Amino acid sequence: MAELLRYRDDETVDHPAVTVDAFLDQSNASAVRIEPGDDARDLLPHLERLALVEVNFPAFGDGRGYSSARILREAGYDGELRAVGDVLVDQLAYMRRCGFDAFEPDQQLDKDDVQAAFERWPEVYQSAADDRTPIWTKRHA
Amino acid sequence: MYKYDQYDQAMVDARVEEFRDQARRRLEGKLTEDQFKPLRLMNGLYLQLHAYMLRVAIPYGTLDSRQMHALADIADKYDRGYGHFTTRQNIQYNWIKLEDAADILADLSKVEMHAIQTSGNCIRNISSDHFAGAAADEVVDPRPYAELLRQWSSFHPEFSYLPRKFKIAVIASDTDRAAMRLHDIGINIVRNDAGELGAAFYVGGGMGRTPMIAPCINDFVPLDRLVTYAEACLRVYNRYGRRDNKYKARIKILVHELGAEEYTRQVEEEFTLLLDQGVEPPFAELERVRTFFEDPLFEADASPDIDRSDPDFALWVDRNTVAHKADGYVSAVISLKPVGGIPGDATAEQMRLMADLAKDYSFDELRVMHTQNIVLPHVRKADLHALWTALDEAGLGAPNLDTVEDIIACPGLDYCSLANARSIPVAQRISERFAKTGKTETLGQLKLKISGCINACGHHHAGHIGILGVDRKGVENYQLLLGGSEAEDVSLAKITGPGFDEHGIVDAVETVTTVYEREREDGERFLDTYRRIGMNPFKEALYG
Amino acid sequence: MRLLTGNDLKTGAVTWWTGSDWSIHVEDAADVTGSEDETARREEAARRVNAPYAIDAEMQDGVPRPTHIKERVRTLGPTVRPDLTLKPAEPDLGNWVI
Ligand code: HEM
Ligand code: SF4
Repeated sequence: MAELLRYRDDETVDHPAVTVDAFLDQSNASAVRIEPGDDARDLLPHLERLALVEVNFPAFGDGRGYSSARILREAGYDGELRAVGDVLVDQLAYMRRCGFDAFEPDQQLDKDDVQAAFERWPEVYQSAADDRTPIWTKRHA
Repeated sequence: MYKYDQYDQAMVDARVEEFRDQARRRLEGKLTEDQFKPLRLMNGLYLQLHAYMLRVAIPYGTLDSRQMHALADIADKYDRGYGHFTTRQNIQYNWIKLEDAADILADLSKVEMHAIQTSGNCIRNISSDHFAGAAADEVVDPRPYAELLRQWSSFHPEFSYLPRKFKIAVIASDTDRAAMRLHDIGINIVRNDAGELGAAFYVGGGMGRTPMIAPCINDFVPLDRLVTYAEACLRVYNRYGRRDNKYKARIKILVHELGAEEYTRQVEEEFTLLLDQGVEPPFAELERVRTFFEDPLFEADASPDIDRSDPDFALWVDRNTVAHKADGYVSAVISLKPVGGIPGDATAEQMRLMADLAKDYSFDELRVMHTQNIVLPHVRKADLHALWTALDEAGLGAPNLDTVEDIIACPGLDYCSLANARSIPVAQRISERFAKTGKTETLGQLKLKISGCINACGHHHAGHIGILGVDRKGVENYQLLLGGSEAEDVSLAKITGPGFDEHGIVDAVETVTTVYEREREDGERFLDTYRRIGMNPFKEALYG
Repeated sequence: MRLLTGNDLKTGAVTWWTGSDWSIHVEDAADVTGSEDETARREEAARRVNAPYAIDAEMQDGVPRPTHIKERVRTLGPTVRPDLTLKPAEPDLGNWVI
């Protein structure tokens, strides 16, 4: 396991994340891990007791986790959203836009490459779960 | 035509640098081929039979002479002097080096072009009606909507790792010239009884190994919700499209398995939630984009007359020009299907000539057709003879639009690593055969489409006559299909029976045309006759 | 016999393992029966080849001829553009490929 990349100022949550099923059964967990097949909307009634949601990417090509992340952010979740698993440098910028603010990749990422990835896009075309202003809004501001 | 502003340019330039960096990391060994592949595919770079292949997007099929010149220069500088225009209004170069790929993308960006999302499991280049802005029958020009969707789908953070590729087509007329219902999403811009414009959404069409015709899931999405609705369609697909089996991963399978009604219900639910999220562009953006597609300054008194005294010219006019909304103008089709030629291929020289002719005679605009031909959309009738003379001298004057010689063919086994059989030689032999027997003209409209494997890049399911290459114990074999259509009378072709070898398939095509000639009634196209009399008479003639 | 083939990482050119190096000419290809996996792994890791795999072939007139038609098209180039193949001047090329 590689180093945790975290873009938040609050304390790191150190409770182990439980599965969605376990989370729904047990009322005291505050960290949960979503697998690609889980429905992120199952968590919506319990957002206030969540401090950490891990979204697992068993293979980088399985993009369901991007939707899970956005759904949580759209519903107002503002705790830590951490992408774990097969998280590669070329996916970071999109993940960030979908609301992830922490990354725990299986493989250590090159620091310079990570920084380059986040600085890559001068603008964005569409709105997502981050607070960047889309080009089409800027054009008509 | 749409013109980039500093934002569009900055995005395309950033993409070039991103790819340059990715290619460098690949060459340095920081990326494995497995990791690099989806990244290069999202920039249109394949590894094909002989080299890397680069697919360049021509958004909604529209380009100007400067861009066509740039495509020609790329063919000369980085490839072997030619390119292949495809059924999705793209161009492919077959002999590209990975080392050069980023430089090519940089050259493209200088003329506001790119290869972004021309492959990979993401939203692909958005295609449209090749007569957009010129067709006499359109409700509005569909391209502003396609451009809006281009921006929305470019670098979409949520939809770049979809279960499978995703193709969108936008049209705005009852006549479908873009195979709209054979796309993952087909959008038809319509006007309702109140006179307002809206978008009819057809979702879940496609070809490939399980061809399906998209059902209409919403017949009127207001234009100020277009992007939000598309976002909802994609989100349901991204979450629930199958990922366990690559061959069942297209949205058509999801829509089919859920049923159109249940899929629609889920989309509407998602749509309602997304309405609060501010994903829709400001309406002013649509208005801004529209200004780029205003009519050129057509001459009000352009002459309606054409001097038909040269019979070769008159034939070309009859076959290759199409009614225009402005009096005294037509859209002229440049056939890339010379008899015995390679469908869709054009040399750099031909590209330059077409570019110059567009400048002289068509308000500097060209279009790529899904039938792998080029259109000059706005030509004065008075200029047609000069245009035709120049085309004819360059071998681009074939008078065969929509005839049996106007064959769609994928690259097949000559270029494609997925192929089972060659497509191009079959197309060449068929056009030679019909040109020799002189039957091309009398057969009228006859759409023949050839794919070298089940992936159906050559639209064989949608051919009045379709041909599918298969591998029969290591030998090329060809199945014959009849009765497909990609147009507004969309239908899927059916296989006649056992396949044929390379020579047999040419004879078989001739045989079915003979049945048509025998059976046809007044004014019937091949397809109409087939639909009236059914498969049996054709089968009898083929197999006895 | 078995041949090891792949594409050059930088240029994409079709290449063949000669026993000690990579060549664009199938005439130079060596029989890799038994050592194919190991060679493929080593050469790919060293980035001297991209996406290598082994194929079946037979000796014919002293030249290895791949068993499958797709590999024969790959060996020389598109049958519809003899001018772009490795042997543009060879009139009987088609017979070898098909
Ligand atoms: C030579 C490299 C090419 C490769 C590797 C390739 C690969 C594929 C594959 C795998 C599919 C099937 C997708 C599926 O069923 O899910 C497909 C479909 C398609 N391709 Fe290609 N293709 C190539 C070239 C082309 C060309 C040259 C054209 C245009 C002439 C084209 C147009 C299409 C179209 C229209 C479809 C059908 C889309 C659908 O299934 O809805 N492709 N291609
Ligand atoms: S239909 Fe098959 S052979 Fe033809 S281009 Fe597509 S994948 Fe290749």
